Amino acid sequence: MRKSIFVIAFSLGFILLLAGVASAQQSQPTPSDDQVNAIAKQLYCPVCENTPLDVCPTTACARWRDLIRQQLAAGKTEQEIKDYFVKQYGARVLGTPPPEGINLLVYLGPLVAVVIGIYVLYRVYRSWNKTVPESNAPPSSSGLTPEQDAAQDEYIHRLEDEVRKG
Amino acid sequence: MVANLGFGTLLITFLVSIYGILAAYIGARRNSPALVDSARNAMLLTFPLLTITTVSIIYLLVGAHFQYQYVSEVISTSMPMSLRITALWGGQAGSLIFWSWLMSAFASAVALRKWERDREFLPWVIMVSLITLAFFLILSIFVENPFASLWQTPSGNITTGMFQPAGTSLYIPTNGNGMNPYLRHPGMIFHPPALYLGFVSFVIPYAFAIAALITGRTDDRWIRITRRWTLVAYLFLSLGLLLGARWAYDVLGWGGYWGWDAVEVSSLIPWLTGTAFLHSVMIQEKRGMLKHWNMLLIILTYDLVILGTFLTRSGLLSSVHAFAQSAIGPLFFGFIGLTLIASLSLLSRRWNELRSSVEMGSIFSREFLFLLNNLLFVLLFIVCFLGVWYPVLSEALGIVGQKIPVLSSVFNGQKVTVGPNWYKDITPFFFAGLLLLMAIAPLSAWKSSNAKTIARSIWKPFVGSLLVPVVLIVFGMRLWTALLALWLSAFAALVTLYEFWRAGWARHQARQENLPLALWHLAGKNRRRYGGYIVHLGAVMMAIGIIGIEFFQTETQKTIPQGGEISLGHYTIQFTSLSVFDTQDGRNIARAVVSVDKDGKYVGELYPRRDYYYESQQPLTIVGLRSTPEDDLYVILADWQSLSTAGATFKVYHNPLVWWLWRGMIVFILGTLIAAMPMKEAEKVQVKKAVPVTSKAYSP
Repeated sequence: MRKSIFVIAFSLGFILLLAGVASAQQSQPTPSDDQVNAIAKQLYCPVCENTPLDVCPTTACARWRDLIRQQLAAGKTEQEIKDYFVKQYGARVLGTPPPEGINLLVYLGPLVAVVIGIYVLYRVYRSWNKTVPESNAPPSSSGLTPEQDAAQDEYIHRLEDEVRKG
Repeated sequence: MVANLGFGTLLITFLVSIYGILAAYIGARRNSPALVDSARNAMLLTFPLLTITTVSIIYLLVGAHFQYQYVSEVISTSMPMSLRITALWGGQAGSLIFWSWLMSAFASAVALRKWERDREFLPWVIMVSLITLAFFLILSIFVENPFASLWQTPSGNITTGMFQPAGTSLYIPTNGNGMNPYLRHPGMIFHPPALYLGFVSFVIPYAFAIAALITGRTDDRWIRITRRWTLVAYLFLSLGLLLGARWAYDVLGWGGYWGWDAVEVSSLIPWLTGTAFLHSVMIQEKRGMLKHWNMLLIILTYDLVILGTFLTRSGLLSSVHAFAQSAIGPLFFGFIGLTLIASLSLLSRRWNELRSSVEMGSIFSREFLFLLNNLLFVLLFIVCFLGVWYPVLSEALGIVGQKIPVLSSVFNGQKVTVGPNWYKDITPFFFAGLLLLMAIAPLSAWKSSNAKTIARSIWKPFVGSLLVPVVLIVFGMRLWTALLALWLSAFAALVTLYEFWRAGWARHQARQENLPLALWHLAGKNRRRYGGYIVHLGAVMMAIGIIGIEFFQTETQKTIPQGGEISLGHYTIQFTSLSVFDTQDGRNIARAVVSVDKDGKYVGELYPRRDYYYESQQPLTIVGLRSTPEDDLYVILADWQSLSTAGATFKVYHNPLVWWLWRGMIVFILGTLIAAMPMKEAEKVQVKKAVPVTSKAYSP
């Protein structure tokens, strides 16, 4: 009898212990502020213009951060959380426009500008090298400058000479 | 009474400006010096008149006359005297008056200069300056009147107006909203005036450019006259931007100095085109080239300045819908459109006269390197412009697109955010390019230098600069982008120092002066060149700070009980105590005391704070900051339990090297100051024998 009570107590205890371990495994530790901020950094609430969510001091934004924390605790991934906010509040919550549809403009724009810029520079270079032989070109366009220029040049030549000597 | 005086002088200034514009125009057309002189007097008169208007507003602000809408918006009874004065630029109506006042001051200064040699420019400079001034006065008189009072209808509604509407009575609130706490910081007190001074002084080179186009004096005279104005504009604009960056670092609690926020970027945009202009005018002065381009750049800068003034104060960037709510948006766009069309048509009329005969050697000539510099600054401008306007554009396109069924799938009408990450993906290439140019261009010569001559002078600083990445790799740095950026900074800095050393040494040898004195005299001889090099050094120092924070910033946030600790890198902070109390000027302050250890050694205490302003119901973060050349420890009190023992949440940033950013700013501004200082020596230069002006080559 005593033995059976012991066995029951022991097995009950064991089951409780197992249950405890299992429940401990189920409820993960609360996500840290750093984990929350890593995601919040990439989001903007629609009210606080231009303030990233991770540093916004308003209570509304604090609530959003709590929401991120809850979703992290529920085991959602970073992408899932971001998608959730986009679905709820629109694409503007993202720090950068999603590169699709018309928004490709904002990514291709700078690229096109660079290509055009390099092309224009190339044309200018070509045209500069094509024109007038040296002797025909006016040295400078203003009345006073050549003298100042000359003085400067002479000065720098002298400096150069000194450097070479020294 | 005082309001009537202020508004009266505002009206009179407007009439005087209109008179000045007409007198200048007719005087120039009929060739009547008397009329032009009269126009000049009109321009001079605007300054004392607007001073009366400005002083009137300050009087109302200081006396807390809450029956005036502007006063009640920006002032509260708890604000001290100094803040009430600065509230002049704390809101839109006051800012516009302040802008006009500065504009009239600069216009008067221009009117007072000696005009003998450039008399034909005078009427047109007056006209352009006064048209710009008149535009801002129209805004102040008809749209954003700072003297409008509050009126109460019998039903209890509040309206505003300069004069009493029928059946209403004067409404005097007992207290006002008070200024946004963010604007009460000392950095913010000087940031807007500096920025506005920069904006306003860019109007002057533009006015001379237009005068040159109208009169057909298309040589570089206009550039020579306005060289110093441009540098003054550059000085203040840079100072304004830098103060803003420092303010953001201290107050906003973002852990950074620059958030790529639309308002920030829209004040950076004219700086970018202005910097391009500052460099490209040198090509025109030395070589008579790029005349069209310089005209285009200054026209663009002028209109971007006007746009910047508008954008920093309007709600347009938050939504296109804000645009329709006030008449100020359409007026600004109308003015910008008109001045742009008028300037460009003037330019096209003179297009052929501006043609210059050009020739150029290699892609290593200074001309070409300057062109590359211009390309990079203009590309940065385009990127920033796109970034600022794309959110508005996407919303506007969406509204249009929704109405056209075929397009509705492409234009979903969703507004988007173009945040810091977008800029951080795109702009570093351009900044790296600028650093590289800073390393090469100072050693190039006009026209004649080629790869060989450059290589001959550049190899020493180049080899020296390689030491930096080598040492960093030995110490374990593996991030190649950061290594590249730091190498470029070292390269640019060494080339600049090498330039100083070479010239200083030569003078030291030639004149037996000691080296510091030789350098001093050298800088005095050619202030623009050596001032410019000092600016480059400042820019490199700033680059080092920016590289530090962009590549190596770390952060952590934790809630800790009293006595608890947070570790970040070499630092550990311990939460010592927290006190929450009210102040007499209407704030609730939560102030934490944390002690800081570095590598286990106590280095001091920090006091991060959160001030809550009852009147405006806004919180303000005040950072606990420990700054050293090596790194900054930046602690924010993010949250706390009202019973202090329960604990508090701290956000801690570790910002390596950012100290160099702030020191670099000082060097940058000093360099600009040196470059902008009047150069008396140059006027006295005597040329004994003619030297053909063909090159400034460093090779024989």
